[in-house]
Amino acid sequence: MIIENLRSIGHRIVNAVWRIGYASRFFMLILLYSGVSFRRFHLIIKEIFSSGVMSLIIILVAGLFVGMVLGLQGYETLKRYGAESALGSLVALSLVRELGPVLAALLFASRAGSAMTAEIGLMKATDQISAMALMAINPIARLVAPRFWAGVISVPLLAALFSVMGVFGGYLVGVVLIGVDQGSFWSQMQSGVDFRYDIVNGMIKSAVFGVVVTVIALFEGYVAPPTAEGVSGATTRTVVQSSLAILFLDFILTAFMFQGE
Amino acid sequence: MTRTTLDLWVGIFVVAGFAALTVLALKVGNLSTYNTSETYQLQAYFSNIGGLKSQASIKSSGVLIGRVSQISLDSERFEAKVTMLIDKRYQFPKDTFANILTSGLLGEQYIGLMPGGDEKFLKAGDEIKKTQSAMVLEDLIGKFLYSKAEDSN
Repeated sequence: MIIENLRSIGHRIVNAVWRIGYASRFFMLILLYSGVSFRRFHLIIKEIFSSGVMSLIIILVAGLFVGMVLGLQGYETLKRYGAESALGSLVALSLVRELGPVLAALLFASRAGSAMTAEIGLMKATDQISAMALMAINPIARLVAPRFWAGVISVPLLAALFSVMGVFGGYLVGVVLIGVDQGSFWSQMQSGVDFRYDIVNGMIKSAVFGVVVTVIALFEGYVAPPTAEGVSGATTRTVVQSSLAILFLDFILTAFMFQGE
Repeated sequence: MTRTTLDLWVGIFVVAGFAALTVLALKVGNLSTYNTSETYQLQAYFSNIGGLKSQASIKSSGVLIGRVSQISLDSERFEAKVTMLIDKRYQFPKDTFANILTSGLLGEQYIGLMPGGDEKFLKAGDEIKKTQSAMVLEDLIGKFLYSKAEDSN
């Protein structure tokens, strides 16, 4: 009984390590075959449409509401210290540094990442991938690499759009509804947000998240058991694992970037 | 969907993304206020810099003329060495006075330059000799108490 349990724990650990190794090899393969997909750029454009453009609505609406909430909550808190004029820099800094990259990547993982997994997994289940390999078409170069690059290009752009919509939402609530002074809102924001330190670091973050989310999504689809159950399990794992990976990596990257001078 | 409409949508997406980045850089961030003009370097030694940070602004008569580029402790003089980058358009006399000031009651600290009357100007790499350290609240309270005690005697 005890040995059985130990054996199953060991099996799980070995399996997890095996998956990590396979995923790293898969990532290297994607990079290796990227050249082919860049020469056929319309494949990438098609994938940018289905993952990036189709995520626009949810990103814009979510960004607007997150910014509005930030404006409201920030005002409530700052009012206690008589520092309402710092509302602009509070909203902008929290969006540009953290919420923009992280929430855009989380939304992208659940909106587009899960779709990628299901698509690739179903293609595998219906033997489309084997058929491609039989016709001497490399499925990684034809199917996986374009989706990967589409994700890597889309996520930073979506994060930037999220941040801008959030700042606009904060402006709507803070300045238009509550009546914080417009001049101090923008000038505090501009003196508080540094281009290289805040905005560029935020963009680096979201590019890293884009790589991680798409690699997890594509890998889960590619190794999913070719059954209905297998594909549904892979989709769930994509969302769970990429969300956890985003939040964990966010901590690591933040620790590197904003050590506090 | 045909390939041209697809391309159009992706184009709109990419343009909107880069427009958002530009808005972030110019409207939200401080890229528009970055000084791209040429600068020259000056040094000053302070016995106490208080809460001065690198990238703090340097003002003269309230006008932004440069930024603090580096702060370090000079191990020979045991004073804080502050390196400043000043806009090339502005020249200051040799006997310019450098103060560490605070904007508002609890605001951030900056360096204020008060020009003197010397006819020679500071050159790149020169040191500002006349400096005044930051006001530290504890010292201020200490002085106040001391003078109060003297008054009552």
